[in-house]
Amino acid sequence: MLTILCPVCNISAPELEFVYAGQAHISRPGNPEELSDEDWRDYLFIRANTRGIHAERWRHTHGCARFFNVLRDTCSDLVLATYQIGHEPPLVTLGRD
Amino acid sequence: MQFSFLSLLKNAQAGANRWTPQWPTVEPKAHYDVIIVGAGGHGLGAAYYLAKEYGLRNVAVLEKGWLGGGNTGRNTTIIRSNYLYDESVGLYDHAMDLWDGLSQELNYNVMYSKRGVLMLAHSVHDVQVLKRHVYANDRLGVDNTWLTPAEAKDYCPPLNISPTARYPILGGALQRKGGVARHDAVAWGFARAASARGVDIIQNCGVTAIRRNQQGHVTGVETERGFIAACKVAVSAAGNTSMIMDSAGIRLPLESFPLQALVSEPVKPVMPCVVMSNSVHAYISQSDKGELVIGAGTDQYISYSQRGAFHVIEKTLASICEIFPIFSRLRVLRTWAGTVDVTPDRSPIVGKTPVPGLYVNCGWGTGGFKATPGAAHVLAHTVACDAPHPINAPFHLDRFRTGRLIDEAAAAAVAH
Amino acid sequence: MSEQRRINRGRIDRKSPLSFTFNGSTFTGYAGDTLASALLANGVRIVGRSFKYHRPRGIYSAGSEEPNALVTLNRGPGRVTPNLPATTMELFDGLAASSQNHWPSLRFDAGRINDLLHPLFSAGFYYKTFMWPKSFWDKVYEPLIRRAAGLGRAPTCEDADNYACQFAFCDVLVIGGGPAGLAAALAASQTGARVILADEQSELGGTLLSDCCSSINGQASDEWLGRTISELSERDNVRLLARTTAFGAYHENFFGLCESLTDHHSTLGPNAPRQRLWRVRTKSVVLAQGAIERPLLFDANDQPGIMLAGAAQTYLNRYGVGFNDGPVVATNNDRAWLTAFDLARAAIRDIRLVESRSTVHPALLAEAARLGISVDLDSRITAAKGGPSLKSVRIASSSSGDERAVSCTELFVSGGWTPSLHLHSQSGGKIHWRSDIGAFVPAPSVASQFVAGAGNGEFGLDKALSGGAAAGRAAAADAGFMTSDSIPSYAVSTQDADYLIEPRPPAHFRRAFVDLQNDVTMDDIRQAIQEGFTSVEHIKRYTTNGMATDQGKTSNINALEVSAAALSVAPPEAGLTRFRPPFTPVTFGAIAGINRGDTFQPVRKTPIDAWAEENGAVFEPVSLWRRAFYFPLAGEDKNAAVNRECRTVRNAVGMFDASTLGKIEIVGPDAAEFLNRMYVNAWDKLKPGRCKYGVLLGEDGFIRDDGVIARISASRFHVTTTTGGAPRVLSMMEDYLQTEWPELKVWLTSITEQWAVIAINGPKSKALIAPFISGIDLDDEILPHMAFAEGEIDGVPLRLFRVSFSGERGYELNVPSCYGRQIWERLYNAGQRLGLCAYGTEAMHVLRAEKGYIIIGQDTDGTVTPADAGLSWAISKAKKDFVGKRSLSRADMSLSNRPHLVGLLTVDPSHVLDEGAQVVSQSPGHSPLGHITSSYWSETLQRSIAMALVAGGRDKIGDSVEILTNGSSSPATLTSTVFFDPKGERLNA
Repeated sequence: MLTILCPVCNISAPELEFVYAGQAHISRPGNPEELSDEDWRDYLFIRANTRGIHAERWRHTHGCARFFNVLRDTCSDLVLATYQIGHEPPLVTLGRD
Repeated sequence: MQFSFLSLLKNAQAGANRWTPQWPTVEPKAHYDVIIVGAGGHGLGAAYYLAKEYGLRNVAVLEKGWLGGGNTGRNTTIIRSNYLYDESVGLYDHAMDLWDGLSQELNYNVMYSKRGVLMLAHSVHDVQVLKRHVYANDRLGVDNTWLTPAEAKDYCPPLNISPTARYPILGGALQRKGGVARHDAVAWGFARAASARGVDIIQNCGVTAIRRNQQGHVTGVETERGFIAACKVAVSAAGNTSMIMDSAGIRLPLESFPLQALVSEPVKPVMPCVVMSNSVHAYISQSDKGELVIGAGTDQYISYSQRGAFHVIEKTLASICEIFPIFSRLRVLRTWAGTVDVTPDRSPIVGKTPVPGLYVNCGWGTGGFKATPGAAHVLAHTVACDAPHPINAPFHLDRFRTGRLIDEAAAAAVAH
Repeated sequence: MSEQRRINRGRIDRKSPLSFTFNGSTFTGYAGDTLASALLANGVRIVGRSFKYHRPRGIYSAGSEEPNALVTLNRGPGRVTPNLPATTMELFDGLAASSQNHWPSLRFDAGRINDLLHPLFSAGFYYKTFMWPKSFWDKVYEPLIRRAAGLGRAPTCEDADNYACQFAFCDVLVIGGGPAGLAAALAASQTGARVILADEQSELGGTLLSDCCSSINGQASDEWLGRTISELSERDNVRLLARTTAFGAYHENFFGLCESLTDHHSTLGPNAPRQRLWRVRTKSVVLAQGAIERPLLFDANDQPGIMLAGAAQTYLNRYGVGFNDGPVVATNNDRAWLTAFDLARAAIRDIRLVESRSTVHPALLAEAARLGISVDLDSRITAAKGGPSLKSVRIASSSSGDERAVSCTELFVSGGWTPSLHLHSQSGGKIHWRSDIGAFVPAPSVASQFVAGAGNGEFGLDKALSGGAAAGRAAAADAGFMTSDSIPSYAVSTQDADYLIEPRPPAHFRRAFVDLQNDVTMDDIRQAIQEGFTSVEHIKRYTTNGMATDQGKTSNINALEVSAAALSVAPPEAGLTRFRPPFTPVTFGAIAGINRGDTFQPVRKTPIDAWAEENGAVFEPVSLWRRAFYFPLAGEDKNAAVNRECRTVRNAVGMFDASTLGKIEIVGPDAAEFLNRMYVNAWDKLKPGRCKYGVLLGEDGFIRDDGVIARISASRFHVTTTTGGAPRVLSMMEDYLQTEWPELKVWLTSITEQWAVIAINGPKSKALIAPFISGIDLDDEILPHMAFAEGEIDGVPLRLFRVSFSGERGYELNVPSCYGRQIWERLYNAGQRLGLCAYGTEAMHVLRAEKGYIIIGQDTDGTVTPADAGLSWAISKAKKDFVGKRSLSRADMSLSNRPHLVGLLTVDPSHVLDEGAQVVSQSPGHSPLGHITSSYWSETLQRSIAMALVAGGRDKIGDSVEILTNGSSSPATLTSTVFFDPKGERLNA
């Protein structure tokens, strides 16, 4: 079970306190009516599915109930950094070979 | 060499041992008519059908690891076609037709066992959903029968049908011709049959990128062993498809999740059929080796680690013990995980792509094994004819743009 | 059989004899015995039959790596457990065990015929046959295969035991309680770190339990052991867990452990948990898992009477089991010489030692000579002979090739030692091959994990203690605990020996068993490779080597060496298959824990639930909630009750517990703007004191939820959702608010549990509630349908919604939960003179269906747009954007033949259709049109009604269709969804 440091509570807690909320930094387009079907489809469905450092969101449902961002290595599953919504991702490197 | 009891007898004679490689180890050629990326059941099967039905033998299946080592070798081996939408039934029932007789066709016993798949209803909502499946299947002439709790227990004696259970069984939908097969044997059977027809199967040859010419047409693949040219490339590499298709400029609506499964220690026959429950989430069958084979849902985050969290196993076994309290004293022998690619509507993508000469077979999520011969067959058609078979036409990548989703999961939606 | 073979040593308690049965025969053992040691002491040499060939098998090891001696333990109804290794089963008085996998008996097993036909049953034989005739697979072959497969029998009744579970946190988790682990625990706990030490055996001590001649810091090893355990027990920061297997390593040093609590008890207390699952999160780990001995490969190396040399030493020294004279010890390493020496010291005579190396340390030769042990150097066993158990072995000289037979009934083998890498490997640790021991070792260890002792390839008591202490100290430091105390050191005097071997490719034998349990021979592995299965995973799966209940503990390395030889590569290139949890099998029930029966999942109940139960309600589960389904009076079945409830609502008044519906309070200056962005409707113009029916889509344009929304003030809304949708809707709202529109000044609060909701529906509803309400003018002009007001009811705060889900005049009374039942009872009692009844969810469903009100999740299924459901009227035309709007204009989303929600009346009014039944066009062709979403007997209309999603349905009102059910079809007509009171007049009746 992963442990995640909630950047809002500043508490490190086990995965069971959180819910995964998908890829991060996907902004809802401000003008959907102007988008083509392809571009709207991209917003709805196309995801990076990164093998490596993945920026994603989690929500501390059994805690502060806030959403926040996480950088996680999807090959080892380990969390590399957490940061608040609206903030830029910090620089991280993978610890592994 | 033809497999048969006679062949066993011949090789049993002392000193006789004349077994030959089931698929030869070959070096990749410089060029193929078709390259299939991924030697899972779907990819190997497609190669087989390309050779057998379309006479295309200048075909290579490239595999980064050992053939059948992806999800084909990790699933819980359930075979059924009792899906809701006509399009889905078309696809999975086509597979059922091919499963029947597959061992004979491949001359390889894949141990396809039609012992029945029973889906349980635990609430009024479940009953509505499953009955809708039963009626929809019935309309198409696909076997699916509604059973009362007593009938379900009769069919599967270990079931707990107590009305005081937390989620009592209110009935079930039984597809009698559904069942299980030996997953490894499916990969090996197709591999042997395909290579017997001239297909090259190349293991330890991971594909790193698709190469295209200036017109955008596929010209071949970059691999760990160098560039191999091809006129057509079909990608069927669950857990790796996103990365490979990215290299061709195609971004897919896929996300890859860990899917765990487990086996118990082997016991004498106790579980006559496959049982699946959506509400008390788990599914279970007993293999021909005697192990109970058990699975449930994916872990919640995307991952390529082929490793999941223990609490998922806890929830799965809690569900199993609820439905089968007599199994509580059996023991877990091994847990493992694979990486499944999930689409937004939980239905696969099988067909052409915007890149000429590039075909994709992906997004099978947690349900790819049951479709193996069917998916392989229609993928072969799509590649050979450069056009989808009517059966896989609805599963086109474009449906995510138009909104024509085939959303099996939504239809079994959360209770209101 | 009744005479015991015992010697006067060991940790068993001879003052506590125990009686037990095996296959119905009664034997005596002692407290401290395992079933295996007691059987050996009683001369029982055959304890089971192998999986495929049904060859007789004896006890092979003294631990959890046992491949052969699996038994079924019978502790009475609900306590029968198959496949348990006799080697780890603590003996208790009255133990009843039986062997498995034979018929008709252990002594005469018909399955032995497989052994006679073994050339037919080589690796993968079942893939090559059983295909003809085709029908025989289902009817003949597979049933036979299944009956032959499996070991023990599954229990036939419910598990009578319950299981406990526990989370634990510590700084240093030490796995393995042998000398390395104990030293680690001592060193780590000295720093103040919280230490948990777990060992799978009944006692801590590991190899020390079988040691009869070492001393540590001047104390005899057993004395040191006793003192160490006492010392550790007395430290507040140390928890010792014996009988506890660490079975799985998960992310970030999270470990699963399973503790056996009562399996060794003679009598079981009521409700005593049988096992406890520990879920331990630790900062750092010391892995001191030890090593497992490797078998030697030669023909018929599976005869009963053959066991691992280290196991023989354990039975001798720890359990006081004697052996016959004339045993042979066959080895390729020094360590097994110690077994021979201990046998000699136990007065066992005529010991022969067969050593594969040509030279060994002179001290060993000298000791052997002193003890009268005859030694054959440069020699190996080529075959064992016997039947049913060992009678003789063939010994060959490696250089001259001469072979001779030697009688013996006991053969103790050692092919080397394999460090246990399981948890290191599960943690993602890499391994590296050491050819001097012919095994893999961890290299390097995973972050915050420290490996010590034999498990790290550092063999011998001395290295175990010093390595363990260093690892314990390092682990504590890694966890942030330091001390200036020096690491404890240990002066060890021991009769120790090297564990090194001379690497040499295995000689070829036709029937040398590599995996004893699955009956996999060297030939099987070579055949697999010949057939093209060259990857280690393919070899494993094709031959099934390593797939038995011991998961290859005694077979993986031998298989690897056989494979490497056949592939002409160095052993490490052949590779190892992936280690997966659990280390040893773990009971389902222990993992399910307390999530069983009543505590499987929580049951959510409303404040009125108890009243409903007391008043005879029948309940249904709706997601986690329990909801009253109907309230049958004496003699009523479900239909009678529901019909009465419906009649009562339409003719008088009924009351319904709607508390489970989700409620969210949306507050702030931007509240209306937020609702505008989320829901399809326009909210600006909704005045305080008025309600609107809101529809919520996903961004994909499909309906997610619906509910009545009341505006309380300019900046405050009370939103309702479906019961099942509540958490999802709130989460969705929070998602947008926190991550898309954080600039909006609006706050969301779940108030689902804060308000009980009592729905009063019927022409007499106003008459019922009026006397109790204060502060609200109920006049229809002031409070029309779809209005809202705040006041009091019976002195208690009230949010009053004038809404209806039945089509009758209706009110929903929201009162604080703590008053829910009180208000319900007040109104219920007052309502009796008005003919009121309580009604449940089924009547609610029927009443709303008569009016064509949809239920999300029943009439919709996640693939339905507002237009499909006839809800286009709810969509604001002016709003440029809302969640889901863009998707509605996608190509497929507005096709004319999309399924539309319509009403459906069967031609036969008594025919109530099944929900889910298929709607098709009239013959011929019967082309599919859709399905029935809701279907009921309408007491109001005295006929059946249904709603259906039908392709292009709204353009087909009045058309005839067919409904398919169970092979027959019945005609029906498409209608509007509103079957009753189309003008809605009854809302104001």
